[in-house]
Amino acid sequence: MVRAGFKGVTMQHGDIIFLLQNLVLKDFRIRYRNMSLGVTWSVANPLLMMGILTFVFTRIYPNPTIHHFALFALCALVPFNFYSLAAIPGTTSLLENQTLIKRVRCPRAIFPIAAVLSSSLHFLIQIALLISLLFIFGHSFNRHWIWLLPIWTMEVVFLCGLCLITSGLNVYYRDIRYLVECSGLVMFWLVPVFYNLEMIPQRYRALYTMNPIAAVAVVDRQIMLAATAPSMSILLQLCAVSLTVLGIGFAVFGHLERDLADYL
Amino acid sequence: MKSAVQSDSSEALLQPERDGVRSLSTRPSHVVLKFEDVSKSYLRNAGRALLRHRLVSWAKRTPLETFCALDNASFEVRYGESLAVVGSNGAGKSTLLRLATGISVPDLGHVTIRGTVAALMELGAGFHPDLTGAENLVLNASLLGLTRKKTYEQFDSIVDFSGIGEFIEEPLRTYSSGMILRLAFAVAVRVNPDILFIDEMLSVGDQTFQAKCVEEIKRLKHAGKTLICVSHDMQVIRDLCELAIWLEHGKIKMFGPIETILEAYTGGAPAKKQAQN
Repeated sequence: MVRAGFKGVTMQHGDIIFLLQNLVLKDFRIRYRNMSLGVTWSVANPLLMMGILTFVFTRIYPNPTIHHFALFALCALVPFNFYSLAAIPGTTSLLENQTLIKRVRCPRAIFPIAAVLSSSLHFLIQIALLISLLFIFGHSFNRHWIWLLPIWTMEVVFLCGLCLITSGLNVYYRDIRYLVECSGLVMFWLVPVFYNLEMIPQRYRALYTMNPIAAVAVVDRQIMLAATAPSMSILLQLCAVSLTVLGIGFAVFGHLERDLADYL
Repeated sequence: MKSAVQSDSSEALLQPERDGVRSLSTRPSHVVLKFEDVSKSYLRNAGRALLRHRLVSWAKRTPLETFCALDNASFEVRYGESLAVVGSNGAGKSTLLRLATGISVPDLGHVTIRGTVAALMELGAGFHPDLTGAENLVLNASLLGLTRKKTYEQFDSIVDFSGIGEFIEEPLRTYSSGMILRLAFAVAVRVNPDILFIDEMLSVGDQTFQAKCVEEIKRLKHAGKTLICVSHDMQVIRDLCELAIWLEHGKIKMFGPIETILEAYTGGAPAKKQAQN
């Protein structure tokens, strides 16, 4: 058999950063152009969730070991929300951008990554909300905050890797999208939004923190609420898992990319 | 089959330096596009095998049904030449274009593409209805490989060429199909591609704009660029292309100088239609 493929193809990405920026802007504009309240929704959603959870877990199922439940919940809601906001657009990004993909040969991995990055703008807004509420409730900066940037970056890295896999698969098997939607529900219970890591039996903890979203929630609280250094083992786990998922994501995507245009 | 028309356009060496877009040095009589025994099949059932189809086929050990859209095609286009692809509907013209633009990967054989590519494949492809004309313009220019600097330098000239004027700030969904075509064409030619692909599109534009497009394509050709088009407008392709491919049922029936092919094609077309029925 003759080996099939291309020879001497010039990939045209004169300015990949410019293209990425335009794709991110496009997603952001499309999502907000037809909404009169715009980014207010990014703030309203976590506030509403925080309010309802605070009501349930201070009035119906009070948990005396948790002080300041509202902030406690928000510290985990912010990374969780980012997952639920980014995973779906990331997964459907190739289908959404199919007319662009069918127009020109370009590195297609840019589409899921752009979708995740455009959702990161909401993540930033929600982080700003979290930080302002922390100050309002009397918390202040401490030297461990320096860890927050790499921690949140790792979550973005994890989602990029995840969406590279799911977006590629979703072109071939359109059911993947619903699987990802379900995973959002599952994730809510697997992230310590309304409970402590300490409540989880010891033998499950290492497995539990393998989930990068849960790991981010746990270290967020250690840094911002308890003002302590983040647990190094969880940090290492977070980095290892996120980078591995990104690596697998690129490998899988490279494999799926080949016949992509034929299935769109 | 070898290209019958050997161009010796030595003036083509004078093509202006492009910045930002990587392009291999294209010397006269260099191959720009080459197909070597290229075949491409698609799966049946609307081109999309669902998971259950795969499972059934795996369980029964029967391969999925495919049909051959392009069968063992070989040809080459050299620097400064332009190619027209003719054939009836479903003959494999669009498949050939998708392979030639590098969007699809061949199952067998090799495709060689040298230089940067811009394609006008279907109307509105690459445009989002909720974005304004200007936003779509910038996005598409960057997609086609233009740098940030070049995009903003070219912005006014693209808008000018499209003749869209103040509507450039309106969302694309308010545009007529003619306006969308104008914008798409303006972006594609101003990106200054080495190979421009056009798939049966210019017919949407009005007479004046069509004439303007032909003029612009000739300017590109003069600069040594290659046009590859699918069209049923014999007059236009005779005017613009030196070479033609006649496709039938996924096979290259004829490849050669445009006059020869068009003579055979227009002469043979009615008889072929009857044979199909």
